[in-house]
Amino acid sequence: MSTLLEVSGVSVTFDGFRAINNLSIAIGEPELRAVIGPNGAGKTTFMDIVTGKTRPDTGKVLWGERSIDLLKLSESQIAKAGVGRKFQKPTVFEDQSVHDNLAMALKNKRGPFSVLIWKAAESDRARIVELAEEIGLSDRLAHRAGDLSHGQKQWLEIGMLLAQDPRLLLVDEPAAGMTPAEREHTTDLLKRAAKTRAVVVIEHDMEFIRRLECRVTVLHEGAVLAEGSLDHVTKNQQVIDVYLGR
Amino acid sequence: MSIEISRVTTAPAPRGSFLRANPSVLWFMGLLGLFTLGVTILSEGFGIGAISTNLVKILGMTLCLCLIAIAMDVVWGYCGILSLGHFAFFGLGGYAIGMWLMYARTEIVIRDSLGRGTIPPTELEVAEGVAAQIFGVVGSSELPLIWSFAGSLPFQLAMVVLVPGLLALVFGWLAFRSRVTGVYLSILTQAMTLALALYLFQNDTGLRGNNGLSGLQNIPGYQHVPQSVISMWFFWASAVALGAGYLLFAWVVSGKFGSVIRAIRDNEARVRFLGYNVEGYKLFVFTITAVISGIAGALYYPQAGIINPAEIAPIASIYLAVWVAIGGRGRLYGAVIGAASVSLLSSWLTGGGAPNIDLGLFRIVWTDWWLVFLGLGFVAVTLFFPKGMGGLFDYLVRKKP
Ligand SMILES: Nc1ncnc2c1ncn2[C@@H]1O[C@H](COP(=O)(O)OP(=O)(O)O)[C@@H](O)[C@H]1O
Ligand SMILES: [Mg+2]
Repeated sequence: MSTLLEVSGVSVTFDGFRAINNLSIAIGEPELRAVIGPNGAGKTTFMDIVTGKTRPDTGKVLWGERSIDLLKLSESQIAKAGVGRKFQKPTVFEDQSVHDNLAMALKNKRGPFSVLIWKAAESDRARIVELAEEIGLSDRLAHRAGDLSHGQKQWLEIGMLLAQDPRLLLVDEPAAGMTPAEREHTTDLLKRAAKTRAVVVIEHDMEFIRRLECRVTVLHEGAVLAEGSLDHVTKNQQVIDVYLGR
Repeated sequence: MSIEISRVTTAPAPRGSFLRANPSVLWFMGLLGLFTLGVTILSEGFGIGAISTNLVKILGMTLCLCLIAIAMDVVWGYCGILSLGHFAFFGLGGYAIGMWLMYARTEIVIRDSLGRGTIPPTELEVAEGVAAQIFGVVGSSELPLIWSFAGSLPFQLAMVVLVPGLLALVFGWLAFRSRVTGVYLSILTQAMTLALALYLFQNDTGLRGNNGLSGLQNIPGYQHVPQSVISMWFFWASAVALGAGYLLFAWVVSGKFGSVIRAIRDNEARVRFLGYNVEGYKLFVFTITAVISGIAGALYYPQAGIINPAEIAPIASIYLAVWVAIGGRGRLYGAVIGAASVSLLSSWLTGGGAPNIDLGLFRIVWTDWWLVFLGLGFVAVTLFFPKGMGGLFDYLVRKKP
């Protein structure tokens, strides 16, 4: 396992409030990593920084074999470099069909001219059908994404993420609004994805985290409080005090 | 418990099915063809003469307005950029072709009058004569630099495309790169049109100040062809341009490109995280629609006969947005319906075609009241029919899930 993403010494301040405080995290490839922590710990902000949505005041974010500085890239360049993201609040394009949402995410050329003359190749069609199968939306391909249930939108966004075929998947609270069976399906899917790539999952649900069977990072007040196996971090007195004990 | 019925949108389309997936394109082409045929049969130049040449010109100009309206719909209705500056591109296209029309026609006149002498005139004499003739009105007799190639039709035709295109490219690059969006972008586009209009109003700009360019209905080399015939040539050209523009834009918005720009309209930040360079797409759409607007203007002003800086006034671009909103954003035929109905109604009411209404104490004089009604209509559509007049078609072709 080699290091794919290295966040070191990153700090972010919003109007004088330090949301991320000298944060350092390294993610390997392949790896499955869970990030937990109380509300407001800075979990989402961490993803904002990696994906270029928020620019940190200090620190470094390095990517890949050649240690590319992600802070120098725009959001779309970071995405093209191989970082895919699922948002906390499911954001799909509600006015468009499930099929079109997936087609947009497919790993094809992204320039205006290439997209203008793009026609779905046999492999693209097959991939969309396969993805729809995987996210349980096969019979919904032609429907408006806006008509899906909350859980189905979560699924669609996960499907879009997989369609991008990124090297690093950042998944923010994927299980919210899902039934227990759907949660189980989600953990399976994330574990499978993590066999060949890096996956970072933010989640509150301890049962969900336990099923992921992976290394856990606990964030608190914008910094790493503890890191290790779930059993290891849940025994940590500090973690119990700030998070589990409440 | 309520039963939720999902609306079926685009099905996964089989290959080569552009027209099948977009039946409205065929309908539009058919209706445009019928309309063109009808006007031709009724015209003075080629038919039974039931409609005047003047009306043919108005109809031809309306087709050009429909063309810029679909461009506006693509940039605003599909891509979400509320540009209030596309009439500037329209005007620039008109100026570009107007320069050739005026120069070439003046040159013919000057050669005629100088040629009556015994010694044939030198090229210099001709050029000086043309300059004095065109610019005498602004107290100058020198040909401004920008008129250097005005005698060349291919050059000025290239300018019809290049000037609006380059202006849009530079303006768009600056604005989108700084991520100016929403109402700030609209204000910026208004500032651009205002600056351009004020610049053109000046006499020393080289485009005859507030006199503008005139006599554009006379086509150099075709002085002996009556206007009843020339008006039909331009009417046909406008119909072909509208048809071609409609096809082009329908194709652009139908595929994945259309998907991406509608996604940009709805949530541009999310599109960035999918790896699309949002600014590049906006620039592409802004520029291509500016070019089409320029072409529409180049066909419009020879039918209008005159262009002056007032045409580029910021209000014109606002009207354009109103047409598209009333017709229905996000569907090309909606923009056509809006532009055609509102602009024709406007010229009928303000041209004295409609009888004024006497209410005893009060007289509704349409030339004064038209704008009030347009404003009320706009507010009513925005509040009660956000899909515009084009939205009525949804009731006709409602698909059962
Ligand atoms: N754009 C922003 N502007 C101001 N404050 C923000 C912004 N984004 C996040 N914050 C604050 O930073 C802290 C961390 O937020 P977040 O990363 O969303 O927490 P988590 O996802 O761990 O619940 C919170 O206190 C939040 O209010
Ligand atoms: Mg969060």
